[in-house]
Amino acid sequence: MMLRLSSISKHFGGLQVLQEVSLTVPERGIVGLIGPNGAGKTTVFNLITGLLIPSEGTIDFLGQRLNGMASYQITRFGVARTFQNVRIFREMSVMENVLVAMGYQSNYSAASVLLPSPHLRRAQRREQEIARELLFKVGLADQADLLAGKLSYGAQRRMEIARALATGPKLLLLDEPAAGMNTVEKQQLMDEILKLHESRLSLLIIEHDMRFIMNLCKQIVVLNFGRLIAQGTPDEVRANPEVVAAYLGREDEPEIATVFMPS
Amino acid sequence: MEWLDNFWATYSTLLLSVGTNVLLALSIYLTLACGLLTVANAAFMAIGAYTAALLTLQTGTPFLLALILGALLPALVAMLIGRPTLRLSGVYLAMATLAFGEVVRILILNAEDLTGGALGLNGIAQLTTGFDVAFALIGALYVLLRFAGSRIGRAMAAIRQDEIATELMGLNVRAYKLFAFVLGAALAGLAGALNAHFTFFISPNEYGFERAVEILAMGVLGGTGSPWGAVLGGVVITLLPELLRGFGHYRPLINGVVLIVIIIYSPQGIWDLTRFIRRRHSGKPAVN
Repeated sequence: MMLRLSSISKHFGGLQVLQEVSLTVPERGIVGLIGPNGAGKTTVFNLITGLLIPSEGTIDFLGQRLNGMASYQITRFGVARTFQNVRIFREMSVMENVLVAMGYQSNYSAASVLLPSPHLRRAQRREQEIARELLFKVGLADQADLLAGKLSYGAQRRMEIARALATGPKLLLLDEPAAGMNTVEKQQLMDEILKLHESRLSLLIIEHDMRFIMNLCKQIVVLNFGRLIAQGTPDEVRANPEVVAAYLGREDEPEIATVFMPS
Repeated sequence: MEWLDNFWATYSTLLLSVGTNVLLALSIYLTLACGLLTVANAAFMAIGAYTAALLTLQTGTPFLLALILGALLPALVAMLIGRPTLRLSGVYLAMATLAFGEVVRILILNAEDLTGGALGLNGIAQLTTGFDVAFALIGALYVLLRFAGSRIGRAMAAIRQDEIATELMGLNVRAYKLFAFVLGAALAGLAGALNAHFTFFISPNEYGFERAVEILAMGVLGGTGSPWGAVLGGVVITLLPELLRGFGHYRPLINGVVLIVIIIYSPQGIWDLTRFIRRRHSGKPAVN
């Protein structure tokens, strides 16, 4: 298994956000993480990427224990993510946003930027080329010099994917990548994700659009109120009575559900 | 070249002040560029000034060596206090660094045997020449401009805009912050060391709260988009009181009004105003 969460619990004071959640993402897997609002999906991402520390349980990635590791180290091990509410560097160009994500892999030292040299110029030009390729992949090549804050919402989401890819991940976590997109954009996004998957990337995807996730993922994990209630193929999950109840029950008590959502 | 000699004789102190103030503005630019609100630079300036002045006064250390140590000691202190304090952010960081500044001032005030206490240090040799200041300034500006245009400047700007996103891009945010803080301390120390060797006299009260705020004002007024912003801020804050001499008693009042007007109409600093001009010339969107 590439990523393994073993009986992960997380509580904030008395508030139990996740209880004994175990899930795995296989090498070259593409796993969907679904559940009503406030089920704890984003919390799972925050735990994997080190923004939160699990109260109990362990997280292993390619034989490496991730608990207690700094976020930047986890990224360097090959886990990248996007955010539910986009987190972009608004005052930078689209290109620079991607270049930031390549910073730690530079093959020139911090001190070497002090003197202009052919090696430095070559390395920097190479970085720009790679960044441009990534932007081309997500269809933003012609907007590379635009300020990121000026991009449309959908484009900002795609830029986040390019930026995550720039960190050189083996596992990519996408948090509601299709949010706010129309049907055509969703189809394009799905094609892009499948292409990424073909290029040996593993994915864990949070998404509310059921058709999107059912078409994309071979394996789906369902959370409700911090508990794992189902796990299996799209067909198995769809047929699971508890999943159906969780989604239909959601309408009754939306306020209670949103309380659990850590912004 | 007689006019040049006359000019230098009249304005050398002012010009040297502009130079050291620009160095101070560059020192605060480094932390502001990372989105860190620190006000410890007056204290680092004090450490640099006292270190260098005591070395030349009492041990006859060569000036150049005194300058180097005047930059190194504050950097070392910054490394020690940076680790715990840089975990803080926003006003909490400002409070912690402000408190550090007071600690330094009061230490100098009370270590009378070494520093002369409230009476200060007198008779510091006037060793600083225009060349020294120009050399330090050009060197500092060169380094910061090279950084600003590279992945280091990009990382700093990213930290300023979204710290968590930057960390998740694989960048060690804490290391970058500490680097900016320590380098800023070294520059402030160097400015202090140079300044002490042309003012003849230094005392602890020169490096108190007012000086800390003045340095911060230079950085904020100039803008954090580019080291050039700090240069502008340093020059304006130093020259403005001189240009307003005609106003007599009202000088500090007008000075304050001018600063408020600039901040209201260009909250990103003066450098941001020049963006429109730069954009027209380069034909590309100006990005900080």
